[in-house]
Amino acid sequence: MSGLTKSSIARKVVMALSGLFLVLFLGQHFTINITSVIAPDTFNEWSHFMGYNPLVQYLLQPILIAGVVVHFVMGFVLEIQNNKARVIKYVKYNGGANAPWVSRNMIISGAVILAFLALHFYDFWVHEMTYKYIESNPEDPTRYYAETVEKFEPVWRTVLYVISFVLLALHLLHGFASSFQSMGVNNKYTPGIKKFARIYAIAIPLGFAIIAIYHHFNPITH
Amino acid sequence: MKLNLKIWRQKDANTKGQIKEYPIDGIDGDMSFLEMMDVLNEDLIAKGEEPVEFDHDCREGICGSCSLQINGEPHGPDRMVTTCQLHMRKFKDNDTIVIEPFRAKAFPVIKDLIVDRTAFDRIQQAGGYISVNTSGHTVDANAIPINKEDADDSFYAAACIGCGACVAACKNASAMLFTSAKVSQYALLPQGRIEAVERVQNMVRQMDLEGFGNCTNTGACEVECPKGISLENIARMNREYLSAKVKG
Ligand code: HEM
Ligand code: SF4
Ligand code: FES
Repeated sequence: MSGLTKSSIARKVVMALSGLFLVLFLGQHFTINITSVIAPDTFNEWSHFMGYNPLVQYLLQPILIAGVVVHFVMGFVLEIQNNKARVIKYVKYNGGANAPWVSRNMIISGAVILAFLALHFYDFWVHEMTYKYIESNPEDPTRYYAETVEKFEPVWRTVLYVISFVLLALHLLHGFASSFQSMGVNNKYTPGIKKFARIYAIAIPLGFAIIAIYHHFNPITH
Repeated sequence: MKLNLKIWRQKDANTKGQIKEYPIDGIDGDMSFLEMMDVLNEDLIAKGEEPVEFDHDCREGICGSCSLQINGEPHGPDRMVTTCQLHMRKFKDNDTIVIEPFRAKAFPVIKDLIVDRTAFDRIQQAGGYISVNTSGHTVDANAIPINKEDADDSFYAAACIGCGACVAACKNASAMLFTSAKVSQYALLPQGRIEAVERVQNMVRQMDLEGFGNCTNTGACEVECPKGISLENIARMNREYLSAKVKG
């Protein structure tokens, strides 16, 4: 990655491209997940497709994982370099006077999302891998809905997910529009982009939170 | 007006500094911030103490030499002004004012509130110029028509006085606003296009070498800039840089 990290602008563009890629992924992920609330059969069908389609499994999934890794590794690299750029800190620093909280604390919202991703991976990805490749269970295109709903039975998991979605919203409130500026896009469309980014940053995490809460309060009765 | 000043004192670049308290009285709201500092220094000299060193020159907002981080903001709480144009009426009786040097690894403290901003000069020298034949065969600049919007944007970018408030305000001590103003000023004009590809790469390389941080688009620089330099300049520099890399 050294080539990508040579100049400050290149680092920004890597951050922006990986971030935008994750934003796109988030939209796709949400589209599938919302069917678990409105159309469980569709949810099963789409989940099964995602889980067994070779293109998704062997091409898109590794790209996604690489995207996440590049993004958060670069996030930490930027944070470390930026801390070094001011060795002696101010005695009084009024950061709130000239920049919003979300823009100054991307590393905090990012770190919470990273912790969430660890749990999320354990909850669903590790489970899938175990089911498919370790236990070598047969394909079952109807299991996804029940497995998902069951996950949200415990209060603690539902609460952790919802907290993470709040932090995700904060991360995107700055990050989404910021990635355009990083790529040099600041023109007459910028007010529109900012508005769309703000709506997306709130709507998508809110949607995810609603899905988690919905499943928590609507358990499958056996 | 009575004030309690908390000022960073540092003997020289190699000595550790610290905040010292200076109560001061008889400050008028119509005084500029630097005049208030003058009053303090007169007092200190009368008492046989070392006056507080700070940078200043024009005292009318055009040279960019006055710096000062005042209550956590470069050039203080007012907008679109330098410290020399900041008036004491912005403060209230009995206020505590914390006064520090601009902080960045690339702006080391020389003494008290004075920092070394020659890093900016080196960025400028890396490409902030155009090569023109001045041997008597010069072409009138107005011989090349330039559209009004570009001329205006170039002029707005050229308004940067190199004060360093953008670096001081930025949580990352990034010099992107300064560098982008200098890049934009030329990028927008046909005279500047000739060296455009090398200019942006050389200036960004020098900026990184000086140890400034990476921009994370917080926008603090734009808010604190006394000359209203816009973030659009940073986006323009990013475009210039990316297209220069593509062109090689
Ligand atoms: C699905 C999860 C994530 C999405 C959708 C996302 C999205 C974004 C976007 C769009 C940006 C703006 C890029 C730019 O300004 O150039 C960004 C910036 C950032 N992200 Fe993330 N991110 C995610 C996860 C993370 C994680 C796990 C971290 C871990 C530390 C992180 C750390 C950062 C940091 C520090 C920045 C600021 C850097 C900058 O503004 O240049 N992000 N993110
Ligand atoms: S961009 Fe503004 S804040 Fe930065 S050096 Fe120029 S005038 Fe000062
Ligand atoms: S002293 Fe020249 S700008 Fe303040």
